[in-house]
Amino acid sequence: MAKVKRGKVVSYNKWGYIFLIPFIVVYLIFQLVPLFRTFYYSFFENYRSGLTQIGPNFVGLQNFITIFKNPDIWIYTENTLIMWIMGFIPQIIVSLVLGAWFSDPSLRLKGQRFFKTVIYLPNLIMAAAFAMLFFTLFSEGGPINEILMQLGWISEPYKFLSNEWSTRSLVAFMNFLMWFGNTTILLMAGMMGIDTSLFEAAEVDGATSTQVFFKITLPLLRPILIYVMITSLIGGLQMFDVPQILTNGTGDPMRSTMTLIMYLNKHLFSKNYGMGGALSVILFIITGLLSLVVFKFSNKKD
Amino acid sequence: MLSIETNETKKGMGIHARRILAYVVLILVSFLCLFWFYVLFVNATRSHGELTKGFTPIPSTYLLKNWQGVMAGTLPIVRGMFNSLFVALCSAALCTYFSTMTAYAIHVYDFKIKKFMFTFIMAVMTIPTQVTALGFLQLVSDMKLEDNFIPLIVPAIAAPVTFFYMKQYMESALPLSLVEAARIDGSGEFRTFNTIVVPLMKPAIAVQAIFTFVSSWNNYFTPALILHNDKMKTLPILIAQLRSADFLKFDMGQVYVTIAFSIFPVIVVYLILSKFIVQGVAMGSVKG
Amino acid sequence: MKKKVLSALLTTAMLASMLVGCGSSNDAPAAASSEAAPAASTEAAASTEVAAEPAAEEGKVLNIYAWNEEFKSRLIAHYPGYEEVDGTTGKIGDVTVKWNITPSNDNAYQNNLDANLLKQADAAADDKIDMFLIEADYALKYVDTDYTMPIADLGITDADLANQYQYTKDIVTDSKGVLKGVSWQGCPGVLIYSRDVAKEVLGSDDPAEVQKAVADWDTFTATAETMKKAGYFMTSSANDTYRVYSNNVSGKWVQDGKIVVDDNIMKWVEDSKKMVDAKETNTYDLWSDDWSKGFYPDGKVFCYFGPAWFVDFSMAADTDGSIANAGKWGATEGPQGFFWGGTWVCAAQGTDNASLVKDIILKMTTDTDIMTDIVKDDNDFVNNVPAMEAMAADTSYASKVLGGQNPLAMYCAGAEKIDLSNLSAYDQGCNESFQNAMKNYFEGKTDLDGALDLFYKAVEEKYPELTH
Repeated sequence: MAKVKRGKVVSYNKWGYIFLIPFIVVYLIFQLVPLFRTFYYSFFENYRSGLTQIGPNFVGLQNFITIFKNPDIWIYTENTLIMWIMGFIPQIIVSLVLGAWFSDPSLRLKGQRFFKTVIYLPNLIMAAAFAMLFFTLFSEGGPINEILMQLGWISEPYKFLSNEWSTRSLVAFMNFLMWFGNTTILLMAGMMGIDTSLFEAAEVDGATSTQVFFKITLPLLRPILIYVMITSLIGGLQMFDVPQILTNGTGDPMRSTMTLIMYLNKHLFSKNYGMGGALSVILFIITGLLSLVVFKFSNKKD
Repeated sequence: MLSIETNETKKGMGIHARRILAYVVLILVSFLCLFWFYVLFVNATRSHGELTKGFTPIPSTYLLKNWQGVMAGTLPIVRGMFNSLFVALCSAALCTYFSTMTAYAIHVYDFKIKKFMFTFIMAVMTIPTQVTALGFLQLVSDMKLEDNFIPLIVPAIAAPVTFFYMKQYMESALPLSLVEAARIDGSGEFRTFNTIVVPLMKPAIAVQAIFTFVSSWNNYFTPALILHNDKMKTLPILIAQLRSADFLKFDMGQVYVTIAFSIFPVIVVYLILSKFIVQGVAMGSVKG
Repeated sequence: MKKKVLSALLTTAMLASMLVGCGSSNDAPAAASSEAAPAASTEAAASTEVAAEPAAEEGKVLNIYAWNEEFKSRLIAHYPGYEEVDGTTGKIGDVTVKWNITPSNDNAYQNNLDANLLKQADAAADDKIDMFLIEADYALKYVDTDYTMPIADLGITDADLANQYQYTKDIVTDSKGVLKGVSWQGCPGVLIYSRDVAKEVLGSDDPAEVQKAVADWDTFTATAETMKKAGYFMTSSANDTYRVYSNNVSGKWVQDGKIVVDDNIMKWVEDSKKMVDAKETNTYDLWSDDWSKGFYPDGKVFCYFGPAWFVDFSMAADTDGSIANAGKWGATEGPQGFFWGGTWVCAAQGTDNASLVKDIILKMTTDTDIMTDIVKDDNDFVNNVPAMEAMAADTSYASKVLGGQNPLAMYCAGAEKIDLSNLSAYDQGCNESFQNAMKNYFEGKTDLDGALDLFYKAVEEKYPELTH
């Protein structure tokens, strides 16, 4: 009986391959092949001047040398990371606090459903439309300046988009708004999953809610926190829509809000495939390294 | 009840104070989330002349007129809306169905490269799509698929993140005995998948369908590189074009209406499905 | 066993696809470009034959590529038999006119046009570009290729175009002396000032009196100071005066593959920096909402610079409460002569609507009656010397926006003087990047060298073949 069954299982198992076919085929065609082609392109001079195609001419590592001879790539990396951190820190703090409140039965917060709905809302908004909205709202003659002037807080319009830190803050703030709701709900669900007897025990021992939070909740949440951090970091490295539309692709002032992907987009837009390819390879490596660091960091302590 | 009260007063901060603090912060945060959309709504109802005179919190009466102005302009936003809708719906359908299938293959069957595939899919999850954009663009132009929705829809079949979610969900929701039972009843593997597994996975499929829909709806990077023809453009591209204001001859009322048009439908759908969506996010966390 | 077969299959598939990817990428562009040219020329021959045939043989779809609605609105108002269907389509007889409008920012219009021109040979007849519009800033890029059809091939003769201003032909004549485009307008620019502000601050709104206060850059900057004291901005943005300086340069933007910043453009930087620092003007992007606030009295802007199309098409003349709506602008020559924009119509090689294209070009750019109507209805300055001179002398013609002034004599004089010998194919990218970069300098975010570096960087990203 058992033997017959095992034989059957083996014959069923070919379906494992069959069911994998769509994924493998599509992945090969639309992801893996493009990835290798991108790598391949990085060794060529290949662009379009007007309506004339230049190249492709094999130039070896010349594109990489050009990129690294210029400090710009590090500036754009720094910009990207700064804007990510500026959004991520408030995001994780606010999410932890809200998550703790939502999951704390003793608080008995009313209207939880309403608040959860509201804070998740910005996550669904088209980043392009959101950035466009902020651009119009924060322009020199826009509503925000008008409101601030009506309130008498400022006497003349503040140039939000002409100052390094206000522009970066706007980008970070938008990223924060778009993601903190998502993180809150993730963390809340994680907190709900913690065994309540732990809290009860702590309560008996006379721990304050702050102590409970730092000594029990936070350590137990580590896996989810790491998950949030990795996904956020990867998302942060891909930051594009918001700064691109907010600054009309210039990354002004003085390219202090130019992200890596915006830079890549510039080369793609002017059909400079050689440099674009080299930049993609570098991005691939940076992302890979950062992910690896975070993975290692999270595994070591477990 | 009484005992709880006394218990809580012993804590660092009184329960009432904490509750008030929580409400204050929540209201503040909600205000931050909603304020922009309120300003957007108000400004969409005002004429350009009124907008130049400064902000007021009271809506005006030009909504319809602004809308008619947009419709008379060259920005084909209704068409863009349908394009976005089509792309997002197809992506969501393909992505969830095939991700379920991939997850099913890894979850139910036992074959040689199973472990390798699982590790592989997990590893490629972190590759940003933009990194492959260049090769992808070349591929698309070689296949003559520029100005076509296929390169925006079909790649959704291979979605590592959705796969991962489905796999996690199956672990708790799909007992292998069920598949065995179907086999004994003589059901073919493909039929079992379609008639038993997919219906069972409905909650997960619904949640992922919504996420895929939203991310496809909001996608700007890839469509902007592939779609050049006005007839094919999706909403985010059209929104980005608003930056060149000579398009609307400086009618800010029309700009606001256009932005509102691209945002409010999503908000309405979200409000209808909100309970579902919020639960879905939480579900992903417990398992992920 | 299975494992081995499958992994072997996988590796071969991967290798094969890599090879395919590499191989095709190597050959594809070269093949495509070498194919495109002969295909285009054979089609050109075909289309000239077609031109002689009755229109019934032609395509049913006329595709027009443009970056804004100007030409469309001219066709709607003045081309006999044009019916508007909706925002992006129209009908002429049984031919559907399709407008493909992409804004020109960040080279988006050109990139889109390039992509479609390169595909022109393979496109289905109804998808082929029939006409496209170009600006002086990058006219050379298109004129010097085979993608534009010689105007003579459409059956339009030199005699047909005899009344046009010479400079409008010079711009679109390729290196072999072949005319590749035609324009219906001339774009000599003037200084457009607010009459109310002129009366209040300068004591008179008479163009001759105002001209005295803006006769050269020194008096211009002195007047800016006066305006500032009276609570007005001289111009809405530093970018307003940019064209006036950049049209009076002594050399091209790109010389021998190197980017060269002309002295006169550096003078713009110097003058503008002083004005911005003194808060006599702002740093808005042209065409932004903030910049256009000066079209209304509350914007407190004294003057703008622009040609005829700007006055009528862009200054919100049909919006209540605007200065243009009240007819409160005036026009005078300003410190230096300049031109701005101008739209040329080109026929795309491979068009299947040659005779319709020919008719549109002839009607819009040579028909004196239609052109006179354009001047009367839209206050545009048309490309027809005798018609314009007649109207300049006509005391019954008055521009409503300019408070009853007849500015045509001023435009006529300007049009004769326009010299476009310093245009290059890179002008749009250079002009746009230069203004973007200098904005940072004006706002004090960097010093002059930093801004120049930023400019070079941006241009080299746009045109990888250039250096500085």
